[in-house]
Amino acid sequence: MSVATLDLSRIAPAFADPVRESQAVFREVMECMARPGRVTRFDRAPMAPNGLGKAAGAVALTLFDFETLVWLDPALADSEAEAWLRFHCGCPLTTKAQDAAFAIVTDMAKAPNLAAFNQGDAKYPDRSTTVILQIASLEGGPVVTLSGPGIQTTTDIAPQGLPQDFWTQIETNQAQFQFGVDVLLVASDQLLALPRTTTAQIKGG
Amino acid sequence: MNTPVPARANAPERYYNYAYLDEQTKRMIRRSILKALAIPGYQVPFGSREMPVPYGWGTGGIQLTAAIIGPDDVYKCIDQGADDTTNAVSIRRFFANVADVATTEDTGEATIIQTRHRIPEKPLKEGQVLVYQVPQPEPLRGLEARETETRAMHAYEEYGLQYVSLYENVSAYGRIAATAGYPVMVEERYLMSPSPIPKFDNPKMAQNEAVMLFGAGREKRIYAVPPFTRVRSLDFEDYPFETQTWEETCALCGAKDSYLDEVILDDAGDKMFVCSDSHHCAERRAAGHVGPMAGHTLDQDAALKEPAQ
Repeated sequence: MSVATLDLSRIAPAFADPVRESQAVFREVMECMARPGRVTRFDRAPMAPNGLGKAAGAVALTLFDFETLVWLDPALADSEAEAWLRFHCGCPLTTKAQDAAFAIVTDMAKAPNLAAFNQGDAKYPDRSTTVILQIASLEGGPVVTLSGPGIQTTTDIAPQGLPQDFWTQIETNQAQFQFGVDVLLVASDQLLALPRTTTAQIKGG
Repeated sequence: MNTPVPARANAPERYYNYAYLDEQTKRMIRRSILKALAIPGYQVPFGSREMPVPYGWGTGGIQLTAAIIGPDDVYKCIDQGADDTTNAVSIRRFFANVADVATTEDTGEATIIQTRHRIPEKPLKEGQVLVYQVPQPEPLRGLEARETETRAMHAYEEYGLQYVSLYENVSAYGRIAATAGYPVMVEERYLMSPSPIPKFDNPKMAQNEAVMLFGAGREKRIYAVPPFTRVRSLDFEDYPFETQTWEETCALCGAKDSYLDEVILDDAGDKMFVCSDSHHCAERRAAGHVGPMAGHTLDQDAALKEPAQ
């Protein structure tokens, strides 16, 4: 979508009070990143356009700007969601997963492997991609037990709608520490974090 | 708890954005914090800004606090354990002014505790964030001056030089001589400076329930230790890590297990030992604990108080 054809009437509003709301969202995301598996809810976040949930939208409004190259799911190409992100965050978009600081994946059936994103540099592992995976629900799926830094003993999660080999990808990702992507699982207005340090075990698996 | 009534966030008399930093700077710092939490103990470079205090006065910690603080937070700031020292009072007033937060000296009721060189005696809990002010984030800097080299040493987990340094300590002094800023290993991967906290506080870092963030403003680095994370102070099997102990008790509250500062009282060499954690000491005295010099005001000689290491 070019600037000339940008139709402002089609762009949904973002945070009403960007300073306060982005701070509140960040604190929740920070607690989730510090405590993998902890589920938080952004029920007061603005409605994001079609294809994006409230949680994915809130994270984008809080963390994206002109400094962050964002890989957007091809399913959202030329969508209202893309225009919304461009307008409110001012973030440049890329189709090269390897270059992305953040990625938003909405079509799990065609989701790229986590290894396709930037894994970071040996000296600068912080340069890896933070992958926002939007799935059906954070509840009701197969139970997975998490452990690692931020978790006292273990904690159980049950996300629904992840690809078959997702937990194998997470295992590979965790095993190559200090390299690796950090994952934010979002569904509607809910979010949980799976940083690269987290070990996952499918219950009964 | 003190609840200030400053100007509204967007009032014209307020010359700064909420919490002083502009939003783009906060986003940059927030992104760095998330990566720091994902890679415990690893130093994330960030675009440190000039702050209205000189380097060395807590610019790293102030920037971290500014990036995370919200109007619902209760803010505590300590310097060498004390709430009432110049640096702590100034920074506490700063955030009461620019971030509309309630401030407190009570460790238990604070949600953000910014600290220079101590971890409070009272165990921290979930929901609290401990923000450390860090002068030198690189534990290897004293051994290797080049950033390019130390970064490679962290990348490839080349920490032999650190152990040689500790061994040289043992051969020269018969023990590992470091008493503050004693290096730690985080999750058995990254060597980390705990900031110049006394080694007495090192064990409190391990499996702590609070989120711990470290900010070095001049050196432009942020790092973090998530809750429930393994933090090990380096040592040798035959020279195990030990913390400081005192034969004295706190002169005011009688505490036997807190970190004590030695305070010179007069030119004749009289002295007393008191808790470095001023809130811990006050809370114990309020609960009826009495030390050998209880009731001493410290007033007439307060100016002679020695800075603790």
